[in-house]
Amino acid sequence: MRITSLAELQAAVRGAPRVVARGAGTKPALATPPDGVLVLDLRGLSGVLEYEPGEFTFSALAGTRVSEVESLLAENGQYLPFDPLLVERGATLGGTLAAGLSGPGRYRFGGLRDFILAVRYIDGEGALVRGGGKVVKNAAGFDLPKLMVGSLGQFGVLYELTFKVFPRPDAHVTVRAVLPTLAEALAGLLRVYAAPLDVDALDLWPAPDGSGCELWVRLGGPETVLPARAERMTALIGAGETMSGPGEAEAWRALCELAWVPDGWGLVKTPLAPGRLLALNRELPPEALRRYCAGGNLAWIALPDPRALDSTLTALSLAGLIVLGAPGRPRMGVHPGVPFEQRIKAALDPHRKFPDFNPVA
Amino acid sequence: MLPALARLYPPERLLAQPGQLAAYESDGLTAYRARPAAVVIPATQAEVIETVRLCHQHRMPFVARGSGTSLSGGSLPIHDGLLIALNRLNRVVRLDPIQRLVVVEPGVINLDVSKAAAPHGLYYAPDPSSQQVCTIGGNIAFNSGGAHCLKYGMTSNHVLALKVVLADGEIVELGGESAESVGPDLVGLFVGSEGLFGVALEITLRLLARPEKFETVLAAYHSLAAAGEAVAQVVASGLLPGAMEIMDRLAIQAAEAAVHANYPAGTEALLIVELDGEAQQVAAEFHQLRGVIEASGAFEVHVARDAADRARIWKGRKSAFSAVGRLSPDFIVQDGVVPRSRLGAALAEIERLSARYGIRVANVFHAGDGNLHPLILFDGREPGALERAEQLAGEILTLCIRLGGSITGEHGVGMEKRDYLPRMFAETDVDAMHRLRLAMDPLLIANPGKMFPGGEAPALRHVGLHPLEKAGVIERE
Repeated sequence: MRITSLAELQAAVRGAPRVVARGAGTKPALATPPDGVLVLDLRGLSGVLEYEPGEFTFSALAGTRVSEVESLLAENGQYLPFDPLLVERGATLGGTLAAGLSGPGRYRFGGLRDFILAVRYIDGEGALVRGGGKVVKNAAGFDLPKLMVGSLGQFGVLYELTFKVFPRPDAHVTVRAVLPTLAEALAGLLRVYAAPLDVDALDLWPAPDGSGCELWVRLGGPETVLPARAERMTALIGAGETMSGPGEAEAWRALCELAWVPDGWGLVKTPLAPGRLLALNRELPPEALRRYCAGGNLAWIALPDPRALDSTLTALSLAGLIVLGAPGRPRMGVHPGVPFEQRIKAALDPHRKFPDFNPVA
Repeated sequence: MLPALARLYPPERLLAQPGQLAAYESDGLTAYRARPAAVVIPATQAEVIETVRLCHQHRMPFVARGSGTSLSGGSLPIHDGLLIALNRLNRVVRLDPIQRLVVVEPGVINLDVSKAAAPHGLYYAPDPSSQQVCTIGGNIAFNSGGAHCLKYGMTSNHVLALKVVLADGEIVELGGESAESVGPDLVGLFVGSEGLFGVALEITLRLLARPEKFETVLAAYHSLAAAGEAVAQVVASGLLPGAMEIMDRLAIQAAEAAVHANYPAGTEALLIVELDGEAQQVAAEFHQLRGVIEASGAFEVHVARDAADRARIWKGRKSAFSAVGRLSPDFIVQDGVVPRSRLGAALAEIERLSARYGIRVANVFHAGDGNLHPLILFDGREPGALERAEQLAGEILTLCIRLGGSITGEHGVGMEKRDYLPRMFAETDVDAMHRLRLAMDPLLIANPGKMFPGGEAPALRHVGLHPLEKAGVIERE
């Protein structure tokens, strides 16, 4: 059902026993419900409602394409520093928030959760509920906006979102070093991690055939000092070449579009800590492609059958989210917060109108 | 319930004599007092858990408290309830310099986290003005801020994981070692819940590498409006300073009297802008910043010469709250937020209100994020003075809501502002929050009477005797 107004959205939620919200459908594993559930297509709820560059905030309807927002911000020298994913494929703000996906830029200033300021959503009774505030700093009431990050729509249908934005760096360069092994690349990553240097993104990209590993370090800031900073970074790593200009931007953009995931393969997001990276890497099936992002805080794993990772993640006490793949239960592995989450679900969606993505069957 | 507590705690950690309880009757919002039935001082997480379970079993309201620095009355005890003082739970459980995280208990003092991390070149970013005494547990409950929030965020942006005992005794684990997560952001919901869900027992915090270079600029202006305009110019220039702070004349006077910060004489408004980061980058940005500041009409500009000079500048700023005590026997610290572009309008209106009430108001604020801290000066010995000061404070909050801001940027709603929550939020919003509250604390025993208006406890606004005093819930001696 295509939704074009708040009233339609409220009526639709009130009128159906079970609903699921969907934006552009760029992550079908997360927005394809079982039979009998009404899909609310929110692409008609689109548009930036408020944007004053001097405030570092904007508000937009949930179905607004991220690309539209990014263009508007860019005109004013601003950006969403967490590098939203699948922007060119049409990802919407609401879908991005509900899926809880941040890209490589989340390394420096934080992810979605650190930039969402306010939400308005429709609860199971069709009422419009607001949480947070449209200012960059606010501590009033429970932090409902953060609760919605990664909630997969299980607490309500997002209607309007307010984000914090930052001034965009003048320019970027990337130091790319190819190291013989993942362990050596990780050692380089940890040296960068520990140094008092301003790094925008810090990624590891093991070669598919195990022949080596690339370390990508992205630096942003005043253009005049970028060459010197890149030189310093190269010295710290002990290897590397500098990418700059359109090619550099394109390399990261392709990454954010998940262009490296082969057609038809699944993709799993796994929160990680750098100290657990080697252990996870060892246990992955050899054919799996992997990208370790955000200083080793995040693994992206591509493989033909993503569900096959469940037991591996469980054994390592890690969690996973199937972002690309067949619909079903997208959350795999271990989720210790579930008892707390179940209380929230019962409180906010007592009639179970919204999808239940509880990882415990 | 006392006999049960006596079996759990040795006498020196179970306080029930009036003389022992006096020290716990108030927090940072000293206008309110309430005497708990008892104070327990657990030394282990197991004791906290057992205590909360006993409270649940006996339907005993409780408040968990650290150093009691809350400026919103968030850690005010419940009359005849139990106060759980967490100061002994002050272990740094684990510090992992490689993964840049630290696991602490709730009674660890904010600044001690940075001290523990310092040998590794790391620090804990949130820096509330009370950081030398306030505890991490309190910071979690109220999502505390500080001077560096625009660039670095508030407490919530630095918490990775929590182990919590909920108000009905269940223990839950939220988050993990990773900066990323899948599933709803449960840590995000817990932080800032003002003690209404339960008690955090163990907290995993993110540490940052200490910036290589700071440039701290102090600029003096002949008017508040000019300082405010300078902030707008800095923002428009595309810079992202670590901090932008403004103090008005009264606040400067107070800081001078207290710590002799040597701020320029004749200043109507003082702007502090700090850049931090990688040396080469900061050098380039500093060049840009100087240009903006020099064009902004500052009559004196001082750049911190070294670390000691920078510390002196910040000491004056951070001592401003307590320093105001030298100008007035009592004062209320307000905490409101307005959109940055409305700062000028807000300050002008506060000035008008101050004149109308005949009450002095000093302004110290985080200009970078529109977070105002009007300090409302009064003499509590004058009959009616507190009430008038609170009325003025209330008008300022209403102003913040009207301008599209918030009733609190970093102090929380607590006791002080609970009547304003339904002015900022609609009934359906407050209802959703209350449902969450009930889901975690079905008996309403965890810090009852805070955040939510009415229902749980009488309203804050009062003339003469406070309604809570009439009801016997709080008392002043």
